[in-house]
Amino acid sequence: MKETAGKKEKASRVAMPEQKPEIRRRNFEEVPLGYTVAMAQEEAARCLQCKKPGCVEGCPVSVDIPGFINLITQGDFTGAIRHVWTKNALPAVCGRVCPQEIQCEGKCIVGKKGEPVAIGNLERFVADWERENGTGALPPQAPSTGKKVAVVGSGPSGLTVAGDLIQKGYDVTVLEAFHKPGGVLVYGIPEFRLPKAIVAQEINFLERQGAKVEVNAVVGRTVSLDELFEDGFEAVYLGVGAGLPRFMNLPGENLIGILSANEYLTRANLMKAYRYPDVDTPIPKGKNVVVLGAGNVAMDSARTAMRLGADSVKIVYRRSRDEMPARAAEIHHAEEEGIEFFLLTNPTQFKGDQKGRLTGMECLKMELGEPDDSGRRRPIAIQGSEFHMDTDLVIVAVGSGANPLLTQSTPDMQLNKWGYIIADPETGKTTKKGVWAGGDIVTGAATVILAMGAGRKAADSIHQYLTWGW
Amino acid sequence: MFKIVKREEMAEGTVILNEIEAPLIARKAKPGQFVILKANEDGERIPLTMADTDPDKGTITIIYMVVGKSTALFKTLQVGDAFQDVIGPLGKPTHLEKLGKVVCVGGGTGVAVLHPITRALKKIGNDVTCIIGARTKDLLILESQMKSASHDLRVCTDDGTYGHHGFVTDVLKEQLEGGDVKLVVGIGPVPMMRAVANLTRPFDVKTMVSLNPIMIDGTGMCGGCRVSVGGETKFACVDGPEFDGHLVNFDELMLRLQAYCEEEKACYEDFCTLRDAT
Ligand SMILES: Cc1cc2nc3c(=O)[nH]c(=O)nc-3n(C[C@H](O)[C@H](O)[C@H](O)COP(=O)(O)OP(=O)(O)OC[C@H]3O[C@@H](n4cnc5c(N)ncnc54)[C@H](O)[C@@H]3O)c2cc1C
Ligand SMILES: Cc1cc2nc3c(=O)[nH]c(=O)nc-3n(C[C@H](O)[C@H](O)[C@H](O)COP(=O)(O)OP(=O)(O)OC[C@H]3O[C@@H](n4cnc5c(N)ncnc54)[C@H](O)[C@@H]3O)c2cc1C
Ligand code: SF4
Ligand code: SF4
Ligand code: FES
Repeated sequence: MKETAGKKEKASRVAMPEQKPEIRRRNFEEVPLGYTVAMAQEEAARCLQCKKPGCVEGCPVSVDIPGFINLITQGDFTGAIRHVWTKNALPAVCGRVCPQEIQCEGKCIVGKKGEPVAIGNLERFVADWERENGTGALPPQAPSTGKKVAVVGSGPSGLTVAGDLIQKGYDVTVLEAFHKPGGVLVYGIPEFRLPKAIVAQEINFLERQGAKVEVNAVVGRTVSLDELFEDGFEAVYLGVGAGLPRFMNLPGENLIGILSANEYLTRANLMKAYRYPDVDTPIPKGKNVVVLGAGNVAMDSARTAMRLGADSVKIVYRRSRDEMPARAAEIHHAEEEGIEFFLLTNPTQFKGDQKGRLTGMECLKMELGEPDDSGRRRPIAIQGSEFHMDTDLVIVAVGSGANPLLTQSTPDMQLNKWGYIIADPETGKTTKKGVWAGGDIVTGAATVILAMGAGRKAADSIHQYLTWGW
Repeated sequence: MFKIVKREEMAEGTVILNEIEAPLIARKAKPGQFVILKANEDGERIPLTMADTDPDKGTITIIYMVVGKSTALFKTLQVGDAFQDVIGPLGKPTHLEKLGKVVCVGGGTGVAVLHPITRALKKIGNDVTCIIGARTKDLLILESQMKSASHDLRVCTDDGTYGHHGFVTDVLKEQLEGGDVKLVVGIGPVPMMRAVANLTRPFDVKTMVSLNPIMIDGTGMCGGCRVSVGGETKFACVDGPEFDGHLVNFDELMLRLQAYCEEEKACYEDFCTLRDAT
């Protein structure tokens, strides 16, 4: 990218150092290695410090991007991270997983004529710098209000609420159904994209500020929502995510060797099954693996299968490349690692042997027709295009729905027709008094930063309620 | 941490009873519900039914058969040791109703699962006959407990070393022919539950079974526990574990339970070699 625009020659974007594809495709270590100080400052210098920055508009939580980038150029990394923290409590996570190309970087002016400023990489840099070199000093905390708040679910949404309210002086307890906190950040997104040590440190940071994190607490089973109020909690935030796997409802779907992405990734990430038999949880290691779907979840599944030693891994998706919902970086990384893409292809049934094990899949070729409700062109089957694909492991990553476990046991809270909780988009208030909700359980499967944004609004609203009333 | 306060070995050490401190779960648990346990950091999440609970003492009791690596690891835990994680109560509680004559059929460690259900069915006024079986006399568990949980207890052994010589289904057949049975509850190995369901079908007697597919989260999040019931896919951990035995696809369940058999076998053998060496 050597084009000249305006007065001075534009420097090209500083490339992120990465593990080489042929090596990383068989290990679980993080793929991008992070900027050095020199790289970060060189990249930061590309920012034009716009008066009306488009990037900030593109960021769902309005991080002051020129502000923190300016502090990087000045070498004040401590100042830079503090600046980011005022809007975003988990920059080490967001820098790694935000779909920057459609958010902050998508609106960066430098991107109009070349490559945008690498905002995500810089955000990651300051967060990593702080983790490695910072003092670990705790943020200032308001005096105790003596009021107890329960946060259900420890994904990015719940963690944001907990962090905000602990700083406002509340006694916060996070209740998590799994044996480890972090939500999708620990059970879904793989180690090679988001090291679990980072998530653990964020949780430790909350605990050091006085938040209590109770794992193995399935709200709706171990304790009900109403019992939380009886136990003295004055407000409850529900950030329970969209944990219901969707299947294709095709013949043969219960054969051995067909797993939801939730199951596959939970085995791999939360249970660390990639270290089996050093750990006790097994994971199926396919030779010819097929992943159905083309979102982040599908890319993570495909790249995990490759790392577990598959001979071939295919992404099978019924629409075309333009409609693939995954982050651009993930699609690029997957291709580099040798994942094949079978686009405009849809399975119709699964085939197995007498032992009930998957052996293959029947497919149809598709073409794109008129746009559907979502505005994307509807895939239509091409008559007579049936073909067979050999596979011994299929991972279904075609989306998820609202898990009814908690909401079923709370009849006095309204849900929409898909089972998601109805909450005010500005405050997060649900139709049940004293209860807020946000993140994937309100919006359906979305992004980390949107879940965090919803958490921040709800924390403000909870604070207002506990100060002034509902 | 969830401390073990009592431990017993049964059936020649192949079946272990643990009473565990878990006050929150003990307070809420109902018959038919299960917990998921994990022994240590690298352990597997293993579902086991609560055979008993004591809300006042804050304890739950599990009874499990040692069949593989994880249950063998559980067996090494002594009184005073603890499980790192216990999650529950999970699953739907048993639907309890006063119906009249009820027959509860249990095989192997299924008897442990059956115990709280039998007791509850008797308590609400049913006339409960209980049939329990094992391969041989020494493998029989919970005989005295099942006696007091029911009005009439029949015992069977496959080899005739104790009680009726033969299968639980032989005795069940007599009961069904005697007429008036309103409900059969069958819990045990999958082939036994399938046999029970096949036997009651021509008599048109409602039959409840408790399924034990491989599970991970136990909260409906992974879909690993899916079973086919009446042609529909159900998640046993949230829709069950109890289902109408006449609708369950037992053949599919049998196959799905074998999903990891090769890995499990290798892992168990490694564990036993290591354990025996130390
Ligand atoms: C594999 C994968 C990859 C993804 N990649 C990206 C990405 O690259 N970029 C991006 O922005 N987004 C990504 N996403 C989406 C993003 O992770 C989610 O939008 C986000 O995590 C939602 O946050 P949340 O806090 O609402 O819920 P979650 O992160 O789902 O957390 C919910 C938590 O609540 C717990 N819980 C549920 N029910 C109960 C209960 N009854 N009692 C107690 N606890 C309960 C769950 O165990 C879980 O820990 C990805 C998602 C997946 C699955
Ligand atoms: C709801 C439910 C309640 C149960 N209650 C009892 C009980 O009260 N007493 C009892 O003895 N057993 C019970 N089981 C079965 C018990 O969970 C398995 O025997 C145990 O998981 C075996 O683990 P392992 O590592 O020792 O054996 P492995 O060598 O791993 O496996 C032996 C067999 O156990 C099954 N199994 C393996 N992993 C799991 C898993 N994560 N979840 C379920 N099954 C698995 C497989 O079919 C396998 O072939 C129950 C299972 C379920 C689903
Ligand atoms: S939070 Fe996400 S969208 Fe906002 S600036 Fe950071 S990387 Fe960009
Ligand atoms: S739009 Fe781009 S150049 Fe302008 S302030 Fe934002 S990052 Fe800097
Ligand atoms: S165990 Fe995961 S859905 Fe039932």
